[in-house]
Amino acid sequence: MEGILLNELSYPVLTVITFLPLAGALMILLLRNTAQIKWLALATTIATFIASLPVYKYFDKTTHLMQFVETHSWIPVWNINYRVGIDGISVLFLFLAGILSILCVTVSWKAIQTKTKEFYISLLVMETAMMGIFVSLNVFLFYLFWELTLIPMFLLIGVWGGPKRVYAAVKFILFMLAGSVFMLVGIIVLYYAGGRTFDIIELSKISYPAGLQFWLFLAFFAAFAVKMPMFPIHTWLPDAHTEAPTAGSVLLAGILLKMGAYGFLRFSFPMFPHAVQMLFIPLLILSVTAIIYGAYVTLMQNDLKRLIAYSSVSHMGFITLGIFTLTQAGIEGGILQMINHGVITGALFLCVGMIYERTHSRMIKDYGGLFKTVPVFTVFFAIFTLAAIGFPGMNAFVGEFLIISGTFKANMVIAAFSILGVILGATYMVWLYYRVALNEINSATKSRLFDLDLREIATLVPLVVLVFLIGVQPNILLSYMHVSVEHLLEQVHTTVISDTNPLYDSVIGIAQYIRELFVWI
Amino acid sequence: MDLSLYFTSADLAGITPEIILTITALLVLTLDMTRITRPGLYLLVAIIGLITAGYVIVQSGGDERSLFGGMLLLNKFTLFLDILYLSVGLATLVFSQGYLEKRGGETQGEYPALILFAVIGMMLMTRANDLVMVFLGLELLSLSLYVLVGFLRHSLLSNEAGLKYLLLGAFSTGFFLFGATLIYGTTGSTNFNNIASAISLGAILSNGYLSLGIGLLLIGFAFKVALVPFHMWSPDVYQGAPTTVTAFLCTAPKAAGFGALLKVFIIAFPVVFSHWENLFWILAALTMTVGNISALMQSNVKRMLAFSSISHAGYLVLGVLVLDSVGLSAVLFYLVIYSIMNLGSFAIIAAVEKEESGLGLEDYRGLATRHPWLAAAMTLFMISLAGFPPTAGFIAKYGLFSAAVANGYIWLVVIAVINTLVSVYYYIRLIVNMYMEEEGKALDPVSTMPARMLIGILAIFVIIFGVAPSYLLEMAAEAGNMANFLFSTH
Repeated sequence: MEGILLNELSYPVLTVITFLPLAGALMILLLRNTAQIKWLALATTIATFIASLPVYKYFDKTTHLMQFVETHSWIPVWNINYRVGIDGISVLFLFLAGILSILCVTVSWKAIQTKTKEFYISLLVMETAMMGIFVSLNVFLFYLFWELTLIPMFLLIGVWGGPKRVYAAVKFILFMLAGSVFMLVGIIVLYYAGGRTFDIIELSKISYPAGLQFWLFLAFFAAFAVKMPMFPIHTWLPDAHTEAPTAGSVLLAGILLKMGAYGFLRFSFPMFPHAVQMLFIPLLILSVTAIIYGAYVTLMQNDLKRLIAYSSVSHMGFITLGIFTLTQAGIEGGILQMINHGVITGALFLCVGMIYERTHSRMIKDYGGLFKTVPVFTVFFAIFTLAAIGFPGMNAFVGEFLIISGTFKANMVIAAFSILGVILGATYMVWLYYRVALNEINSATKSRLFDLDLREIATLVPLVVLVFLIGVQPNILLSYMHVSVEHLLEQVHTTVISDTNPLYDSVIGIAQYIRELFVWI
Repeated sequence: MDLSLYFTSADLAGITPEIILTITALLVLTLDMTRITRPGLYLLVAIIGLITAGYVIVQSGGDERSLFGGMLLLNKFTLFLDILYLSVGLATLVFSQGYLEKRGGETQGEYPALILFAVIGMMLMTRANDLVMVFLGLELLSLSLYVLVGFLRHSLLSNEAGLKYLLLGAFSTGFFLFGATLIYGTTGSTNFNNIASAISLGAILSNGYLSLGIGLLLIGFAFKVALVPFHMWSPDVYQGAPTTVTAFLCTAPKAAGFGALLKVFIIAFPVVFSHWENLFWILAALTMTVGNISALMQSNVKRMLAFSSISHAGYLVLGVLVLDSVGLSAVLFYLVIYSIMNLGSFAIIAAVEKEESGLGLEDYRGLATRHPWLAAAMTLFMISLAGFPPTAGFIAKYGLFSAAVANGYIWLVVIAVINTLVSVYYYIRLIVNMYMEEEGKALDPVSTMPARMLIGILAIFVIIFGVAPSYLLEMAAEAGNMANFLFSTH
């Protein structure tokens, strides 16, 4: 078939890495012993990661076509196939999801004491869902995995979370669904508009009428924007991140937030290029608002987790900014920054989780002078703080640099404002580090603090390696995406903009509809 | 007297399942009169009867057959629904073992017999091809249900529910009958095909009276399947009835109501259906919205699920609105999944409840710690009712929404998905209470081994039909196709 490259491996690698965690979860279901459950969970996540390694080795970087594709008939009545495959845009997320899942197991080793079995099952189902989202080449399958993330995350937050966990969990699930139900309607409309198919490759080839593109873009946008989250629908994020257990926060920040941006790249750009071109300026403005607003709100936080959560709003603003510049540098920077943010924010949540486990306080005022009491921890914390600021030689620097250079190409004024976000970003992170690690030793929590053990160091070291590796050799990652991003931009820029104004048409359409409604009554 | 003037052996062969069920019901009643007072035995006999009838129906293969001079019309559509009724009846009987005793009643022979009679009534309702036969089936069903709802003699709530159901049910039967009369008066026939040909030939006495007749008939059906604004009876009845009866009441009779409604409109009124489209549109929107918003405010789980079942009837109207083979198969698929989810959740409620009024949301606190499997099954049913993938509830909802979008009802689907969003809130409230709140007073579920196994099987079905729905979808499509053939003959 056109548009795909066939599997070069001897086993169906994408199916294996998607469903291996689920198989692990089913096996855990039958176990009773807590230690066995933990070891099995760890083994499953590691096995999944190892199984995914050949993908990065044998990935063909010279083509934008889908690779390692598998197709099976699934629900023939509705013309739904099980089809998975990856290209340069999705491949890196598999890596990120694989590695963060392992770390989530190790960091929860001692932190989770109640309902252990349910916890690790939720975690593994989450991993299946995350992998599934990035490999799906069928919209129906994609939606299935998209929604599958909700219930395990709802449970992770609600059962093992902080004091206001129920509120946060319910808010999380309602916000997520509020977006995705509109995507569902969009998906059904897309199915009929694209000639009764759910195949992403097929659907991407069709040129849809401008008015339809506009509406479909909005329907998908509802889901992606809530997930990102974009300003002003980000309010679920601080609550969910703050109340979630460490593993939950890491997965939320590391993967779930990226799903929205990935959705834009996978659906909105190739399928609704016209709508993207029409709306990219307002979206850039929304992004830069998120950057600056997010940064200001971050400055005011006095809760460690909440601070990092709000900084995510700002960082995700950078990512959407990069994507919607519609430039090669911007989009590549955006994708790279997604990985970076996953690494850095994941790491920061891990750090906070580790000291929270000791002191049971998330308040910044309860800490101070940690460099004397827990030096090893402080070194790690310093590395990740600098990385978050975008220090040269570390990963976020490359991402932000690419994004901002792309933005300068797209719009000077917006680029100028985005610089403000970088400055504010440095401010809140340095100030945070000053209050927590330097300053006077705080006697309130001193007695309960002890330094990291080997398990915790092992959890953080891979992320440190990634921070420097990507910072020094960004091309390792960027080389995967060059061709795919080029192709994506081609699709966006070659779209012919018709004369009709879809917004105008749509308003007329609604007016007509209301008239019809009144005629009935 | 030569009976062959009135019916042939083929006619009798067609109603063998009904005959088997009737004999079984009578047998159970007779057993009750003997000295054998073992409730389990009555249930077992009834279950054997149901399975035998099911076997006979499946053997018949669902070829199209017209019986008793056009009074009954059998095809794949009726076969599909027949199997559904029999399965629901069987599940209800399994869950009933020991339940009535727990609630201070006793399982007498009447209980399984009445359920069998109700099943016969439902089968007749959808097999009928004549308004009179529909009415007979409806009455047989309703009379059995009135008694079943009030079966807990010592419970005030159950008595109240029974009486309420009887009064309002009788009222709605009046509507149905009056409508049928007007239709007969204007078209000169009660046979579906004759009505249709009279309408399409224009041989009608008065268009106004015909419309009034159809309207009244519709009100009769709307009462039975509890569409807003004819739903007022259902929360009280569902809450007051013994929980096993509620499980039965909110699944099979609803399927029968929708089945008969669809058959009437597809065979008898295909020509005039377009005039009624807007009314169905409004009924769907109202039913979903009112059902969901009312469910939000409930603290009693049984009552909450009662309102939730009203809203599900609203989603089903989407499929009625489409009224082609796709819509029909979507409705059939939804009815199966809906029955699975509701039977499962009501069975769990029946297992945990002790008191007169049933349990509130808070009473489920800590269920996950002490009874993880039961809580997990309940969670599964709840997320399926809410329509989360990868459960069957999602596939079922998707089928309806997709059929509606294909026919241009996008805004109605938007209303439906917003309703789905609202419904999630009350479904997850139960999950929140089971998993996330401090433990309350200890619940101790009482259930028999077969009941527990059946709950497990239903939970597995919810997953299986969520990830591999093809087989059931194809069966529903086949059943829906048959109706499409009927549709096209006019």
